[in-house]
Amino acid sequence: MTEDVAPPENEKPEGGSSGWYEQVTGVGSSIRQALLVPALALLTALIIGAFIIAVTDVDTLRILGDDPGEALRLTFTGIGDSYKALFVGSFGSVRAITETLFAATPLIFAGLAVAVGFQAGLFNIGANGQMHMGGMAALWVGFSISVPAFVHLPLAIIAAIAAGAIWGGIAGLLRARTGAHEVITTIMLNFIALFLVDYWLKTSIFQQPGRNDPISQKAAESAQFPTLLGDYRLNIGFLLALAAVWSVWWLMYRSTIGFEFRAVGANPSGGRYAGMSVAWIYVAVMAVSGGLSGLAGANQTLGLEPYRGISNFAGTIGFDAIALALLGRSHPVGVLSAGLLFGALRAGGREMQGAAGVPIDLVLVIQALIIVFIAAPALVRAIYRIKTPDQDGGTTVTTGWGT
Amino acid sequence: MKLELKGISKQFPGVLANDDVHLSVAEGEIVALLGENGAGKTTLMNILYGLYRPTSGEVLINDEPLIMSSPGDAIAAGIGMVHQHFMLVPVFTVAENVILGDEPTKQAGWLDIASARKTVREISGRYSLDVDPDALIEDLPVGIQQRVEIIKVLAREAKFLVFDEPTSVLTPTEVDGFVEIVNGLKADGKGIIFISHKLGEALEIADRIVIMRRGRTVAEVLPSDVDEEKLAELMVGRPVDLRVHKEEAQPADVVLSVEQLVVLNDRNHRAVDGLSFEVRAGEIVGIAGVQGNGQTELVESLTGMRPSLGGIVRLSGEDVTTDSPRSIHKRNVAHVPEDRQKSGLVLSFTVTENIVLDSYYEAPVSQGIRMNWSAAEERALRLVEEYDVRTPGVDVAVSTLSGGNQQKVIVAREFDRDVALVIASQPTRGIDVGSIEYIHSRIVEERDNNAAVLIVSSELDEITALADRILVLYEGKIAGEFDPSASTTEIGLAMLGSQGEVGAT
Repeated sequence: MTEDVAPPENEKPEGGSSGWYEQVTGVGSSIRQALLVPALALLTALIIGAFIIAVTDVDTLRILGDDPGEALRLTFTGIGDSYKALFVGSFGSVRAITETLFAATPLIFAGLAVAVGFQAGLFNIGANGQMHMGGMAALWVGFSISVPAFVHLPLAIIAAIAAGAIWGGIAGLLRARTGAHEVITTIMLNFIALFLVDYWLKTSIFQQPGRNDPISQKAAESAQFPTLLGDYRLNIGFLLALAAVWSVWWLMYRSTIGFEFRAVGANPSGGRYAGMSVAWIYVAVMAVSGGLSGLAGANQTLGLEPYRGISNFAGTIGFDAIALALLGRSHPVGVLSAGLLFGALRAGGREMQGAAGVPIDLVLVIQALIIVFIAAPALVRAIYRIKTPDQDGGTTVTTGWGT
Repeated sequence: MKLELKGISKQFPGVLANDDVHLSVAEGEIVALLGENGAGKTTLMNILYGLYRPTSGEVLINDEPLIMSSPGDAIAAGIGMVHQHFMLVPVFTVAENVILGDEPTKQAGWLDIASARKTVREISGRYSLDVDPDALIEDLPVGIQQRVEIIKVLAREAKFLVFDEPTSVLTPTEVDGFVEIVNGLKADGKGIIFISHKLGEALEIADRIVIMRRGRTVAEVLPSDVDEEKLAELMVGRPVDLRVHKEEAQPADVVLSVEQLVVLNDRNHRAVDGLSFEVRAGEIVGIAGVQGNGQTELVESLTGMRPSLGGIVRLSGEDVTTDSPRSIHKRNVAHVPEDRQKSGLVLSFTVTENIVLDSYYEAPVSQGIRMNWSAAEERALRLVEEYDVRTPGVDVAVSTLSGGNQQKVIVAREFDRDVALVIASQPTRGIDVGSIEYIHSRIVEERDNNAAVLIVSSELDEITALADRILVLYEGKIAGEFDPSASTTEIGLAMLGSQGEVGAT
């Protein structure tokens, strides 16, 4: 009986409070809000990271009792050296910068994929599987035909997009037709893709002749991503990523399709009422998302040594992409910035390990800390005592009443 | 005993929700707190119930200041609240619900359900509430559920009861029963605060009426000194015309014809069960009925949101029974949905985005797949002006607008075409008097422009004010057709299926 009762009417403004999903994914937030929380999350993570660097430095801790002053000095030098190395390794030279951009490229593609899903209210955890499918399709085109580069490369890229889109579209179709939740189906499709790749790599279609281990033939040079600057690894993949950022922005904010995506994402019932086909939109969103992941996959097979398919070539990128989309508040430009940040952490992390002797794991710890703080915006707000109008108007209490 | 709110102010960032508010109630007294949505009533009650702490001012019981940090403190002080939306567990019995949160136990933590039953029987008997302690909540009509809420409060020995919009979910007959109960509570020495925006009820029930506007208590009057017009003026701050002005309807051709329509609800029950009716151009047909008698399913089916199981729906002679929402929209049907926040708007979208929510795919708002945002904004600016939407701009999120202005955004979007049929569900639910006035006049205007209009509302006052013809819906069937001049009692009885057995007293 009670479900027929009207929704609670707040004192105005109405419906001002936003839920966890909106807060975490940043869908529908203003620019200032979108920047503030990630920036503070980064800062907090670096501070806690410094603390961890200090307490894991066993040699310094050992002399803490004998000579606290010296120990403190060493600790601060240690932290300083570590963060300096992090910076030098990511932005300190032309090579460092190109390495940052290079590492950022697949993250940007996959981050965009997840962000498009978030904007449309879908949680695509399947970037990993879509990358595998896209990467394999690109690779197959890359070694099985021989045509000039200006035909070969576009063909391989289109194949990657198509394969990723189909793999993502399957999850969309399952959601639209049967209501199967995309979180479950995409995770399962990840496993299917992962083991299909392993299987394919040992079939005669893909496997390098003369090898017994799962490794594919090498992509023809005409299908490899051309590098941009001398012998640096940075290649046109990065330019493609920039193009993808612009395209996703245009799609989401300047096209009718993006309008439908965002409307259905923010309020499926409202979208249906406005005459949108929610089922079709779910399929389309997952296909677009999968296509972007496919590009990330192509980047992993055609954009870096050894230009071959190997087992689990997508690595953790498909999952890092979720963090990236969260950090970028699901906005294409945000994803670009977050991709560059993660790229810098990757590139700088190696330097940190080499020059300052900090384990690479610690860089991953810092990344993880950033994500924890992003995922708990209320925590960041509490630490820095930020008040948001929609949390403070007391509407949170009143909206809870009728539900 | 006396409960007093003295000089209460509550500052939210950017909003002064309560500004030096004074309100008191003595034992055996009924005080009505009247005010529009957004006047600060809910904030005040949340302060009284220990949910908010006032920025300044204090709550006094017998002139003793009461410091509250949670509803628990309010309950301990003898303040009880009956919410508009019931806080009951549907699958529990009445007795279980009554003790929820304050469970009596025997040794070793055994639940003492027998004493709970006894309490329910005892209270139910004392105030002749007629509630069975062993009934499951989900089997009870809304009117009885409300009594369970009252028993809950009384079981915690409340001396002061606060009712938040208590009659908004009740049928006219149930309202009569409710008034008796409240008078019984009064006779027993309880102090009652009664929050409402219904003027007639306040005049009927209250000993004293306190009126709030924009966070302030602007007037305190005795029911004998005022009439509805005067109360409305005090509430809104300007003279208000409560009647809907309209000429005699000139019904023309049939626009909407429904024949033997059968629609299932989500639980696969026949919510609409063989319904037939017609709506002609130039007339307003009002569908009255207690909520949950098939109104939602009927409207969803007519607008293509829910498939029908049988029957035919025709629009100007054409069969549209299986049409999609968009195809029906394209036949110039304007639809004001029952729940504006759930279906009518995308709250996080801007006013502009909401204005083009159902026309984004057509020129001039888009060419191919390219949105033309300047054309969209142009339309939004024009409609905001034309429909008097009070908003700081067209690029702010629609969630920041008040309910009345949100509803005007929907009405503007839907009516800004050559409309053949208007289907409006609860068009003025929960919005301010000024907006109600405006939306009613717009609906009449559409009728006078020869549109057929179907209004579905659970507010009988709204139906009788607007409609040229009234159909009462009961369990998915038409339980009677009335002229708007018919008596409320007559219509009220039909709303209960004529037998008057469900939820009646």
